[in-house]
Amino acid sequence: MEPVVTRSARIGDRPRPKKNYLNETRGVWSWMTTVDHKRIGIMYLVGTLSAFLLGGIFALLVRLTLLTPAHKLFGMQVTAETYNRFFTLHGAIMVFLFIIPSIPGSLTNFVLPLMLGAKDVAFPRLNLASFYLWVVGAVMAISSMIIGAVDTGWTFYTPYSTTTSGTVTLMTAAVFVLGFSSIFTGLNFIATVHKLRAPGMGWFDMPLFVWSMYSTALIQILATPVLGITLVLLMLERVFQIGIFDSRIGGDPVLFQHFFWFYSHPAVYIMILPGMAIISELIPTFSRKTIFGYRAMAYASVSLALVSFIVWGHHMFVAGQSQLATVIFSALTFLVAIPSGVKVFNWLTTMYQGNISLETPMLYAISFLMLFAIGGLTGIFLGTLSTDVHLTDTYFVVAHFHYVMMGSTVTAFIGGLYYWWPKMTGRMYAERWGQVTAVIWFIGFNATFLPQFILGSRGMPRRYYNYLDQFQPLHAFSTVGSWIIGLSLFMTAAVLLASLRKPADAPDNPWGGTTLEWQTSSPPITHNFEEQPVLENEPYDYRPKAVTH
Amino acid sequence: MEQQFDTSKLGMWLFIVTEILLFGGLFVGFGLMQHQYPREFIEAHEHLKQLIGGHLFPLYGSVNTIVLLISSWTMVMGVNAAQTNQQKKTVRYLVITILLACVFLGIKYVEYAHKFHDGLLPGIFYSHQSEDLIKGTHGYATFFAFYFMMTGLHGIHVVVGIVLLSWLAVRANRGDFNSEYYTPVDLVGLYWHVVDMIWIYLFPLYYLIS
Amino acid sequence: MMPPQGSEFAKEIDFVYMSLFWLSVALFLMIAIPAVYFAWRYRYRPGRVTPHQTHNTLLEVIWTVGPLLLCVGIFFWGLNGWMKYEVAPGESMEISVTAKQWLWQFEYPDGSRTINDIHVPVNKPVKFTMTSEDVLHDFYVPDMRVKHDIIPGRYTQIWFTPTVLGPHNFTCAEYCGKDHSGMHGILTVDNDTDFAKWMETGGTEWEDYFNGKDPKKTPADWGKITYERVGCNSCHTTDGTKSKGPSWKGVYGSMVQLNNGMSVLADEAYIRESMMNPQAKVVKGFDPIMPTFQGLLKPNQQNGLVAYIESLK
Repeated sequence: MEPVVTRSARIGDRPRPKKNYLNETRGVWSWMTTVDHKRIGIMYLVGTLSAFLLGGIFALLVRLTLLTPAHKLFGMQVTAETYNRFFTLHGAIMVFLFIIPSIPGSLTNFVLPLMLGAKDVAFPRLNLASFYLWVVGAVMAISSMIIGAVDTGWTFYTPYSTTTSGTVTLMTAAVFVLGFSSIFTGLNFIATVHKLRAPGMGWFDMPLFVWSMYSTALIQILATPVLGITLVLLMLERVFQIGIFDSRIGGDPVLFQHFFWFYSHPAVYIMILPGMAIISELIPTFSRKTIFGYRAMAYASVSLALVSFIVWGHHMFVAGQSQLATVIFSALTFLVAIPSGVKVFNWLTTMYQGNISLETPMLYAISFLMLFAIGGLTGIFLGTLSTDVHLTDTYFVVAHFHYVMMGSTVTAFIGGLYYWWPKMTGRMYAERWGQVTAVIWFIGFNATFLPQFILGSRGMPRRYYNYLDQFQPLHAFSTVGSWIIGLSLFMTAAVLLASLRKPADAPDNPWGGTTLEWQTSSPPITHNFEEQPVLENEPYDYRPKAVTH
Repeated sequence: MEQQFDTSKLGMWLFIVTEILLFGGLFVGFGLMQHQYPREFIEAHEHLKQLIGGHLFPLYGSVNTIVLLISSWTMVMGVNAAQTNQQKKTVRYLVITILLACVFLGIKYVEYAHKFHDGLLPGIFYSHQSEDLIKGTHGYATFFAFYFMMTGLHGIHVVVGIVLLSWLAVRANRGDFNSEYYTPVDLVGLYWHVVDMIWIYLFPLYYLIS
Repeated sequence: MMPPQGSEFAKEIDFVYMSLFWLSVALFLMIAIPAVYFAWRYRYRPGRVTPHQTHNTLLEVIWTVGPLLLCVGIFFWGLNGWMKYEVAPGESMEISVTAKQWLWQFEYPDGSRTINDIHVPVNKPVKFTMTSEDVLHDFYVPDMRVKHDIIPGRYTQIWFTPTVLGPHNFTCAEYCGKDHSGMHGILTVDNDTDFAKWMETGGTEWEDYFNGKDPKKTPADWGKITYERVGCNSCHTTDGTKSKGPSWKGVYGSMVQLNNGMSVLADEAYIRESMMNPQAKVVKGFDPIMPTFQGLLKPNQQNGLVAYIESLK
């Protein structure tokens, strides 16, 4: 099908400004000292995508090791210790250096003030500080890998994490620093949404992207401090053996799990809500139809954020928490499924009777719908107490969380990257090739992770380096799938980077979007808008208007 | 300007929420451990008191509480002075607040020194031996672990407060603040009140229980 | 998709699982088919105006309340099954489990102990009371559909009634360090006669290695099996590499330097003493960390190990 791109701006033809945020000031120092949310967004993009590459390399190493029971990697023997480090570093890098900071730091930083009609975020210098905290945390994490490496799993369960050798303390200190980066970003976005909306933009006139990011920010400031203190307690336990988590000196290992998951469960909503934020933009735009159920979507975002705080015990059904707690957490976990379902149905209904074109961002959005459906539905197996006993701590869980974190969040992230690429860089990428990457991504992702559900149900535990012979075919299939994912990502990088060689001539509004970022030039000028925009329309209004000027 | 002031204040309140959650985790942890070692925790509390006229009384803790409360008052006076264009008064109140904060830290130093001397230390370093404490149980070591963690974290926040207040005093002396613009004074004031308030929770928890 | 059913639980769990599976397939198709269909049916046509559908209260109520009721139903169904896991019948045979890095120690009511290799009688409920000596572990028997974490300083419990004879795998399912994926064993379900024999002599499997009928099954071969099953391999190699304990290669019949400066001949008596009273003679350059296997190795296992070590000259 021919890609459909409205190559003319919707509001008249505006002369392209000569100076934009990219070229107005030049030189590395101007970037390093910038307080422009757009430049900070680009720096976050480069940083977090580099982390994604590093985490991805570890993932490929994990899957290569599991290709055959011989555990040979390019002719060299992989020991159990090395494998344990592979999966720990893959998890820690992906969670703390990539997924949590990526969308908020990069796309949201860039787009949110534009969508609100603002010049910048509420605290631009704090924004830069957040970025540098990310950098410091990243340097500390990478140092810990080079100095000694960590093999505790990204969850750092005690007492293994308090007694094993390795650079656990440095890695947890890195995560502590990264936590503050996340907190300050969330703080910034909340203040921005409260105070910097354009005249005429009430709460229920904001794009849904903003609602979801606001909900994300709520979690960031409420949950992350608890992670901070948990990590401090962990470090103190390691260094001073204070006796809170180690049973030999009077502590309780399960207490660590409660503290840890109290943050880490809301954290997964810090991961998915930004993905949902992007989808809420992509679907109405490419369906050329107003979003169905705006209020329900807004309320669903906030309720996901709030309910996420009361379900953490579903990670601990067999961990030794009380029976009453187990029952309550299972019941509450089912509750959190409802707003997610509402969102999926609303997105689908938006597509109904739309006028749909399948450019790359839309292909990723439709992939999201299907992959998120699988991720969410498999969550039901895990929330159900009787089946969870069999499935927890197996590959079924690994498959479930990859479907939601990667199949959903990363899919949405890539879609958003393609979507806002012309706005950020002023260039259009090669559309056909972009569409090809989406198809390969969908195939590769399912090939990698669908078999893992079966591995898990058949009894393959997670974090396992050896496996029974009967599991080998499925592992091999999954490993080949991981190569297909790698191919798709490599192609996306090539497609996007290749576009930078073209001149910056992208239209202001290539997709016909209705949100305010499309009313300014691509790329935007440094202070975003020539004049303060005043909002006159309902959100996502595709009804034809009489052109009056 | 007004929008900026409002926004900054919102930002500071949001930051305060995160601080409350940070300390909140420790309070929860303390509560859980108290539940686990009720007897040891109650006994260990006695070591935070001093012998005055034959009775055990939390002298250092109480003095510190009064010191911080007065410093909150001087802080309020400082904000008020900045708001009403009284530059010299602003500087004076800020300096007094800093001095009171230093007194707080000084008393804390004396307290900590006593604990170190008596071997009332966290975790594996615990080595106190006396007939009213049973050596080898974990309750005391855990109590003092939490004591040092919570008062230590609070102390770090006091130090940060002193740095912020000094920066404010320097700026006030330079004439940076007036009735149109006193945002930093107001925000640091907020921060200082929270630091004081956290102590108000720590004080009864550690010093008044018996 | 599920492993073979080995216990009474398995049938019920599998039924819940398969029901959820088909429900998920149905719900997935309800989402995927419209997504793909709409993309085709409403594909772009220039100039077409889309209807301004902002909400439909009836539809939204249906798809909020409907899933909610479904979730409530599934929750209670799961709860019902799970409650059976939580209360072991009074007449269960109680086996105590000590998990440690990286092997399993089981103890029967009569005091006999076994490592990594456990037998239980068919159709009788068995209850495992578990603790760890070091870090978190987890006892997972896929065929029986049971799993629970094992926590140091505490006791946790698991129970089931095995219904299918034969070997069933069990594994550690909570990451516990280097050899987490080596921490597995075989749970064999026996009929009453075989189980009684097992309790007396350590089972019947070993007999084939000592009756000389099969040249491929020698006592040394049995020793090698025991070496792996009982966990000697977590500290002793057979190729000369130094591990937590000395390598067995070339030990038999050699002179061994002890940590007290003396040298002894590593004869059969030395080997047997090392198993039963490892602290009596500690080899130079190694820590005295070997646990005793007194009561843990049946005579056939000890004999096999001696033969195996001798074969590694």
